[in-house]
Order: sequence, then structure tokens, then C-alpha cells
Amino acid sequence: MAELTLNYAQGDAATRADALAGPAGPKPRRALSRRNIFIYGTLIVVSMYYLLPLYVMIVTSLKGMPEIRMGNIFSPPVEITFEPWVKAWAQACTGLNCEGLSRGFWNSVRITVPSVVLSIAIASINGYALANWRFKGADIFFTILIFGAFIPYQVMLYPIVILLREMGLYGGLYGLILVHSIFGMPILTLLFRNYFTSLPEELFKAARVDGAGFWGIYFKIMLPMSLPIFVVAIILQVTGIWNDFLFGVVYTRPDYYPMTVQLNNIVNSVQGVKEYNVNMAATLLTGLVPLVVYFVSGKLFVRGIAAGAVKG
Amino acid sequence: MEEARRPNQLFRNLNAKFAAIPMVLTALVVFVGGTIWTIVYSFTDSRLLPRENFVGLAQYERLWSSSKWLISIQNLFIYGVCLLIFSLVIGFILAALLDQKIRFENTFRTIFLYPFALSFIVTGLVWQWILNPQFGIEGVVRSWGWTSFSFDPLYNADIVIYGILIAAVWQSTGLIMCLMLAGLRGIDEDIWKAARVDGIPMWKTYLFIVIPMMRPVFITTLVIIASGIVRVYDLVVAQTGGGPGIASEVPAKYVYDAMFLSQNLGQGFAGSTMMLLSVLIVLIPWAYLEFGGKKRG
Repeated sequence: MAELTLNYAQGDAATRADALAGPAGPKPRRALSRRNIFIYGTLIVVSMYYLLPLYVMIVTSLKGMPEIRMGNIFSPPVEITFEPWVKAWAQACTGLNCEGLSRGFWNSVRITVPSVVLSIAIASINGYALANWRFKGADIFFTILIFGAFIPYQVMLYPIVILLREMGLYGGLYGLILVHSIFGMPILTLLFRNYFTSLPEELFKAARVDGAGFWGIYFKIMLPMSLPIFVVAIILQVTGIWNDFLFGVVYTRPDYYPMTVQLNNIVNSVQGVKEYNVNMAATLLTGLVPLVVYFVSGKLFVRGIAAGAVKG
Repeated sequence: MEEARRPNQLFRNLNAKFAAIPMVLTALVVFVGGTIWTIVYSFTDSRLLPRENFVGLAQYERLWSSSKWLISIQNLFIYGVCLLIFSLVIGFILAALLDQKIRFENTFRTIFLYPFALSFIVTGLVWQWILNPQFGIEGVVRSWGWTSFSFDPLYNADIVIYGILIAAVWQSTGLIMCLMLAGLRGIDEDIWKAARVDGIPMWKTYLFIVIPMMRPVFITTLVIIASGIVRVYDLVVAQTGGGPGIASEVPAKYVYDAMFLSQNLGQGFAGSTMMLLSVLIVLIPWAYLEFGGKKRG
């Protein structure tokens, strides 16, 4: 004790003794230390790079064309107009068709909703079977499935075209829904399998003893207990399927193009005068659904992508 | 117990096997079957429709003598290396900054991650607009009086791939940051205390202690970025459409164009097989490290 008090007088050694003793109470910190200025300064500058595109999209979509030609893309609109939004939704043209993005929006809804439901239903039952009802050979198929998630889609594009054509689903919405369910399966199965494995095994055993079967346990015990993971899966799938472009453009006819494909066709169409404000309103409209999902779901989204990231 | 055993193994867990049918079909028919089918047909001279006229390696010879494919590979290489470096470095630095027990951590994380929720099409289109030479950054800087300022990556064949890179970094670093942050949070608090007691400066602690400890996180991240790099397609389609000319073509676009636009299926199959090969080069060593090591240990 005496030694410690002695050391206390000698500045440098004192910090060492403190560190060894562990922090006692919060360390007093000046708000404007050099360290803090550096940290917050860097974070704020980087934040601006990240926020800039969103800001530019919003600002541009609220300006009239004359203002865009005259001014600066970063300046806020002098005269706010919602006409570009209306035009993007209802009148924007792809080639000769001038129905606006609304058709793509509804197509995307009609693709996303069934795909999400179907893929989650299949994957959750599958993950449950893998976690609790292990059977011979299951691991082999599961490994193939996970490896399949890394195969470039381009390799499987054409064989699936043939499969869908054989089934008579090529070009329509159902074919695309099936494709989304197939490609959602690796990651979702992994997600559910890991979650169900983490649940206490006694629960499953008790239900078995009480005579519940495969489906009984799934619907009465597993399903009610795993709401959070279902929400994570929904977030993952809604954003993933809504943002898909490749499958939409390959497996559907122009009438059924999802929103992303239609958006690209509108903005990158070579005909007519470029209306940048309408283009940005259309872009923002397409990004709105995943953005809303993102901002509403908050931490669950992070969990979802973390789960999506550890595939494999 | 002996009596309770069912006579036939095939009928054990019948419901589970029934439930696994979609998985088995997907794994065998689509993933394995589809891949083998594409590889086999890459040795044929299929054009509009697949046909079984085998021509050996002719498609591959054509592929590797096509300037469009060579540019695609070159672009993919530049894009891949740069994206790996930038997203790992920026992602890690951001994660390290957010890990300093700062205020507003959630706000900053939300800002860095939101681009990841947006599709590559939206990303490509908004950066196409920002990089527009007439109205975008170039135009704005020129209007400030610096009239010779030039920054038009999307219209300059030499640097167009870096224009795409800017958008890709914007879209994907948030994810990397999140993974790294999770990795940093997994590091034992005592390591930091020990390093501080020994008087090791913070940057050294990160570089020589924390990063080596996060090896598994880095490897997983690397695999994720790498498999995403090979797939890059939507971003290029939206941002440049492969232009100017063929300066920003990428393999995935080459494959799509060959299969569905120029009715040259054989080329598409050969191209996609090469893409598969490049993924396997990354994947197999990783799988060996990840799973092979565990069995031994």
C-alpha cells in the first residue's frame, strides 16, 4: 500500500498502477480531445460520402428540368415539384410502352410476396429436418447445397431455362418465383438449421415423449419459438428478391419484368430526351421498399446480413 | 430397444426425408446437374439451341482470343483486387473507429450500411448521375471556376472500371464493416488491457495482435467478397452498359450477352465454366482450411 502511494506521486508509474488495478469508475474524458476530433471527424467525412448519393437522388427528383440544366446537382431545389415522381410512377417510357414504373412495382410485389413465403416455408421445414431429424445422407446434400451458394449463377442460368421451359413456366411469374425459392434455399436452410440446433434439445425430446410427431413438433413448438429468425429471414428475402435483376431479366417476359429491370430500361433507354429528375425519382421509388425495410428493421437487418454473410 | 427398431432403414424418419425433397432436388438437379450440364455443353458448338456436336476446346480457344473476353477478364481483375483492398481496409478502419466506445454508434452504422440494402441497379444509376460529366461532379467543380477540371470516369475508356469501383465500394463496405465489427467485439477485453499495460501503441495492437486473432473473420469476409466479385453484372449494366465501347465489360455480362443476345450459347457456357473455375480456385483452398483442418484437430 505504501509503495502504491509512493508511486502515485510519480505520474507515469501511476497510470501503470491504475491500469493494473483496473478502471475504477469512468475515466474522465475531455469532449474535445485530439483523439475524439480525429474519430468523429473521420466518421463524419465518411458519412458524407455515404449520404451524398441519397441526398443527390432526393434533391434531383424534386427539381424541374430547367433547374437541373442551369444549376448544380448538389444544391437544394429552389422550387419543389413532385411532378417527376408522378411521371416516374405513371408515365415513364420503356420503348413504346409508357405506363411508368407502377407496372414494375406491382410485378415485383407479385414476385416477392409468394417467393418469400415459399422459400421460407421450404427452408424452415428443411432446416428443422436437418437439425432435429437427422437421417443418413442429409449432410451430403446439405454440403452440396451450401457449396451451390458460391457457384456463379451464370453456370446454372441456361439449364434452368430448359427446366422451366419443360415445366411450361418459362417467361411467367411462377417460373421466377420458383427460381427465387431455389436460390434462397442454401442461405435460408443454413439460417434455420443453425437456429433450430441452438434450441434446447430437451424441448424436442419432451415433445417426442408426449407423442408429438414431425409436423406436430414443427407447428406447435418450433414455429412459435422461432419468430425472430423468421423475421430475419423475411428481411433477408424481401430485400434480396426485390433487388434482383439477373433472374428477372432472364426468366420473365417484358410484361412481367420486375421493378429493377424496368427501372434500368427506363433510365438507360436511348430514345427521347433524358429527364434526369424523372430518372432519379424512379430510382428512388425502386430503392424505397428495401430502404423502408432497412430503416424499420434496424438491428434485425444487421443480424440478417450477418447470418447471410456466414454462409458456408 | 432392440424390439423398437424398425426393420427398414429407408422408412426411418420418413417425414424428414419427405421434407428434405426440395433440398435434395435443388442440390442434385439444379446445382450439380446444372453445373455438369453447362460444363459438358461448353464443349459443343451450340448456337441458338443447345446441341450435342462436340468440338473439343474450340469454344475456349475462341473465348480466349476474343478481345471482349480479354477486356472482361482484365476488368474483373482490376475491379476484384481494388475492391478487395479498399473494402477490407475501409471496412476495418470504420469498424475500428466505431469500436472506440463512441456516441451515436448506431447512427453511424445505419449510415454506412444503408447502401447495402439498395440494389446494384439503384447504386449504378445514382452514381451514373453523380459522375455525369455535364451536370455531376465535373460540372460542379468547373462551375466553381476550375474550368480544366476533368473527372469523367464513365466516359473515359481508360478509367471506366474505377468509376464502377467507386459505386461498388459505396455499396459494399458497410457489410464488411459490420462483419469486422462483429469480429472486433468477439476479441477478449483482456487482450486490450494487457496490451495497454505493456505500453503497446494502439495501432500496433491492431496490426500485430487483433488482426491475426481475427483471421477467421477475414477469411470468411474474403470468400464473401470474392464470390460477389465474380458475379458483378447488374452494377455494370446499370452504370455503363459495358461502355464506352467494350471498355467496362465483365465476364458475367459476356456470358449473358452470348447466351441471350447474340445466340451463341457455346461461348456463354465456356465463359461461365471459366467463371466457375475462378470461384473454385478461391473456394477449394478455403474449404480445405476451414473443414479439412477441423477433422484433423
